[in-house]
Amino acid sequence: MSGASLRRHLTSRVMTVLIVVLSFTAVLALVLILGNLLVKGASSLDWAFFTKSPVPAGQSGGGVANAIAGTILIVGLAALIGVPVGVGAGMYLAEYGAGRLGFAVRFVADVLNGTPSIVIGIVGWTFIVKPSGGYSALAGSIALAILMIPMLARTTEEMVRLVPHSLREAALALGYPRWRTSLKVVARTALGGIVTGCLVGIARVAGETAPLLFTALGNLNFTTSVTQPMQTLSLQIYVYATGPFDEWHRLAWASALVLMGLVLVISLTARWVTRARYGRIR
Amino acid sequence: MVASANTRLRLETAHLTALFGQHRAVRDVSLLFPAHTVTAIIGPSGCLNRMHELTPGASVQGEVLLDNVNIYAADVSPVELRRRIGMVFQRPTPFPTMSIYDNVAAGLRVNGGRRRAALDDAVSRALQQAALWDEVKDRLHTSALDLSGGQQQRLCIARAVAPQPEILLLDEPTASLDPAGTQRIEELCHALKRLYTIVIVTHNMQQAARVSDYTAFMYLGSLIEVGKTNEIFTKPKVEQTEAYITGRFG
Repeated sequence: MSGASLRRHLTSRVMTVLIVVLSFTAVLALVLILGNLLVKGASSLDWAFFTKSPVPAGQSGGGVANAIAGTILIVGLAALIGVPVGVGAGMYLAEYGAGRLGFAVRFVADVLNGTPSIVIGIVGWTFIVKPSGGYSALAGSIALAILMIPMLARTTEEMVRLVPHSLREAALALGYPRWRTSLKVVARTALGGIVTGCLVGIARVAGETAPLLFTALGNLNFTTSVTQPMQTLSLQIYVYATGPFDEWHRLAWASALVLMGLVLVISLTARWVTRARYGRIR
Repeated sequence: MVASANTRLRLETAHLTALFGQHRAVRDVSLLFPAHTVTAIIGPSGCLNRMHELTPGASVQGEVLLDNVNIYAADVSPVELRRRIGMVFQRPTPFPTMSIYDNVAAGLRVNGGRRRAALDDAVSRALQQAALWDEVKDRLHTSALDLSGGQQQRLCIARAVAPQPEILLLDEPTASLDPAGTQRIEELCHALKRLYTIVIVTHNMQQAARVSDYTAFMYLGSLIEVGKTNEIFTKPKVEQTEAYITGRFG
């Protein structure tokens, strides 16, 4: 083996090993978090945990049913508000957003994407909680929706841009009006990607705490009224983890495990949607 | 510079100049496309005219006349116009989310055709015209992407002819096909000119010689020579044309 060939061989080996080590480091973080949660939280998962509301401080037992229901309600409502706006904005950016307005929308979305989530919480408090006279689940949903919209707009734009231009031309050549081309051909082709983007966005805001501290506030009782303060898993974890009782810490670990599981399920659904899409298209 | 005046006129360009940004893609071209013929437009790569590009990005001087009406006139609806002109592109562009049936029916549905029986008839007729019917009749509702490249291109031809346009524009329709697929498309040109006026843009001189009745040779956006295909290829009048078809440049 000549010197040059040997060197190439060695470089290749070293780089491969390096990449493998780095990949494992990335995965290690997730494994450690999940493992830790499982070890400390799994033992607290029982029927009562999912069905009962919290008991007064100091007592043992009780669950986080209110927080689980609250998470699903607040995040669901946020998705209901955020998905149409975000996806619509993304479609606009990709299909019609070449002009000055498109530039402005894109710029605002990027700034909003980089805004710390606690700032969104304060905005929600200033513009919704204060004028409406109280904390509410709806205010929390709106704050999460504001967080979600720029993410969805940008991912939708990316996905729609991936649709080959030739498909648009083919549709236009058939006499499709522009709006129908966007809707029937472009959006439908990008649908898998758009749905994935939405699910990733939802999973992302499901774990948010800061925007909810100033809007949904939290609630120790079970409620489904969106005009009342409402508990979510993230708020529950925040309160329990910073509290003084061992019982609370135990419940915080379990809540974290449930929240993580919820996010994982959403992410897996996103993967499955993508798989189904590319599976069909090959 | 007129191909023939004794057949019924359908499509004509008059002193057409088209600019794409700074690039002058078409320079002062006047051409006549007789009805129910195949006209081939040939020329070296990158010099071919894109007069069929009805895109907003192009600025156009001169006229393209369809039945003596300038298609660039303000009162001509581009959507309406596109329904009279069917187009097939270099690469097959089946809609990936639609079945074979829905692909062919797409142009009909957008025109308001919704009745199932009428759609069924039109789809099978279009697929037969595109010589694809026998291969797909048992799987009309499967994905169009399961077809081979050549089949996909014939599907695109079926999709283009389903709304029964008057003119069929083929923009290098065999550029991405193998010889067998190419041959089938060329056979289609012969069969379909009975029904449509066909314009085919091609880099392939043999293809122009095989399929067309008239040939227009373009160079750098200008029309160099146009005439009956057998005359262009046997005794061209312009030195440049002869040089190109004998392979001395291009």
